Amino acid sequence: MGYPHPIHPKETPVLSTHFGEMEARSLEGWVARGGYVALRQALEMTTEAIVDEVKASGLRGRGGAGFPCGMKWGFMPKDDGRPHYLCCNADESEPGTFKDREIIRWTPHALIEGCAIGCLGIRAETCFIFIRGEYTEPAEILERAVAEAYAAGVIGPDACGSGKRIDIFVHRGAGAYICGEETALMNAIEGKRGNPRIKPPFPAVSGLFGMPTTINNVETLAAVPHIITRGAAWYAGLSLSSPKSTGTKLISVCGHVQRPGTYEITMGLPMQELIFDLCGGMREGRTLKAVIPGGSSVPIMTPEEVAGCATDYEGIAASGSLLGSGGMIVMDDSTDLVYQIMRLARFYAHESCAQCTNCREGTAWTTRILERILRGEGKSADLDLLLDLADNMTGRTICVLADSCAAPVISGIQKFRPDFDAYLTGARAPVMVEA
Amino acid sequence: MTEHATPTEPVFTTERKARLEALATRYPTRQALLLPALWMAQQAHGWISPEAIEEIATELELTPAYVRGVLTFYTMYHTHPVGRHFIQVCTTSPCNMCGAEDVVAALLDHTGCGDLGATSPDGRFTVIEVECLGACAFVTPILINDDFIESVTPDTVADLLARYP
Ligand SMILES: Cc1cc2nc3c(=O)[nH]c(=O)nc-3n(C[C@H](O)[C@H](O)[C@H](O)COP(=O)(O)O)c2cc1C
Ligand code: SF4
Ligand code: FES
Repeated sequence: MGYPHPIHPKETPVLSTHFGEMEARSLEGWVARGGYVALRQALEMTTEAIVDEVKASGLRGRGGAGFPCGMKWGFMPKDDGRPHYLCCNADESEPGTFKDREIIRWTPHALIEGCAIGCLGIRAETCFIFIRGEYTEPAEILERAVAEAYAAGVIGPDACGSGKRIDIFVHRGAGAYICGEETALMNAIEGKRGNPRIKPPFPAVSGLFGMPTTINNVETLAAVPHIITRGAAWYAGLSLSSPKSTGTKLISVCGHVQRPGTYEITMGLPMQELIFDLCGGMREGRTLKAVIPGGSSVPIMTPEEVAGCATDYEGIAASGSLLGSGGMIVMDDSTDLVYQIMRLARFYAHESCAQCTNCREGTAWTTRILERILRGEGKSADLDLLLDLADNMTGRTICVLADSCAAPVISGIQKFRPDFDAYLTGARAPVMVEA
Repeated sequence: MTEHATPTEPVFTTERKARLEALATRYPTRQALLLPALWMAQQAHGWISPEAIEEIATELELTPAYVRGVLTFYTMYHTHPVGRHFIQVCTTSPCNMCGAEDVVAALLDHTGCGDLGATSPDGRFTVIEVECLGACAFVTPILINDDFIESVTPDTVADLLARYP
């Protein structure tokens, strides 16, 4: 068994260094690779020093929103006497995203170490790792690693002999994309339906079980041990472009490239190099048509936008989209973009928790109208209707799932209008889609 | 019809009850045991029966209606019996673009299920489409029970199914 591809010279392996090495999964193998040095170091540091180091590193949340991690940790109250919780978001369900899965199944102890340091950074004794129910193999690997860490006393009532308690528990989800939203995830752990909560109050004030809570993505937490041992300056120095985007980023690339897979790049690597060098470019005889760079929830990019784009938070924003989760969907010229946008709308309609009218109705109607266009029964007014629905789904709901449905629709109509017109004018034969 | 159709034993046998109580120490409320308890029920019976719902409600000091309300939110819990081998196929865009529909067709054909969601006449299989399984580079990923299988193609379906008698 090996990792799908050898490390490419243009990659910067930090988190992915040991992907594909079976021995790295065990505690012994992990310690042999420098594991748990960072935790021991962090146990000697003050909470403030840990938070300052993470702040100085420039690490931003890798779950999608890109919020500065150190700042988030700094929001947690001091001396409030209440239990604090850390939630690790391993729900990874955003179409195109499969990077956290690689961290968990190849280097589970890296995540455990990151969670343990995260607990120290927010004055928590307990971390719940919420992992999506479909990740059966990764959950098993993670549970085994957690048990090993407890048995060795690395975590538990006296973590590494420090006298400090650090508990880490794995909690399995049961199928529901929305549970990746931070407050829905907390509800799921509490034994409730996974409905997002109205904010404020924010989790740092009232989160899991009503207590101050911080939630971080798997990749965010897995980066923390490296920042502790190698220093914030080293991490902040990893950037090819914007000083606001630091470190490395795992980009999971899927779709019509020669070598789909997870790649670790320094922030700012040209997207063109990522797609054409690392991933080997398009399939034989095909050309690039479109890229959705940050999981399906972000605007679609054209080849022209890809050409000049630096792969980081600011670079992709300047090129008309968002880095999001780093789940990159690459489409070649064989792709029926209208069909794929319909398929994504159907995804959001299926996953809407249905609390907000604009989301419940908007995602369902968007899907129906796109299906109608694909059946050859669309009218040109349908595009205005779609844009109107999208407008009503943007910035008007409890969480941003509705906005996520709108993003590919708006960008698709704006940037790939001829694809829609072909169905509307009858230039393209209708395709049958089940209603 | 299927092995699991009638729950023959309670969910919380001595062993499972002990596991539940061990988990209880992790959470400040009993309600938080709901998702783990539902998983235990499904592992025991293959689905979550009305009897199991009653039992879970009693154990966790909740009402059956509340338990039902929560369990129906989550797509992985079965509220009715399914085939002995439950197959979930991803058909979201990245997989759809790379041939997932053909894999669905091959699965429906070879299992004898005919339709999505239907159980094959021999009670052996149920096939459903699901949204992104988080393995989009390995088209087409499918789950057979708890086994996660990557890169399934129409050609490999027959051999694969033979491993699930
Ligand atoms: C609908 C929806 C789904 C989400 N899914 C995920 C997810 O699967 N994994 C994740 O880490 N964050 C997800 N997020 C983002 C989380 O709400 C949250 O911002 C993130 O976990 C914070 O961690 P970070 O700051 O380390 O990125 C989702 C957000 C929304 C609105
Ligand atoms: S926007 Fe959609 S998914 Fe989010 S809370 Fe509202 S209904 Fe639920
Ligand atoms: S779209 Fe099929 S696994 Fe992600």
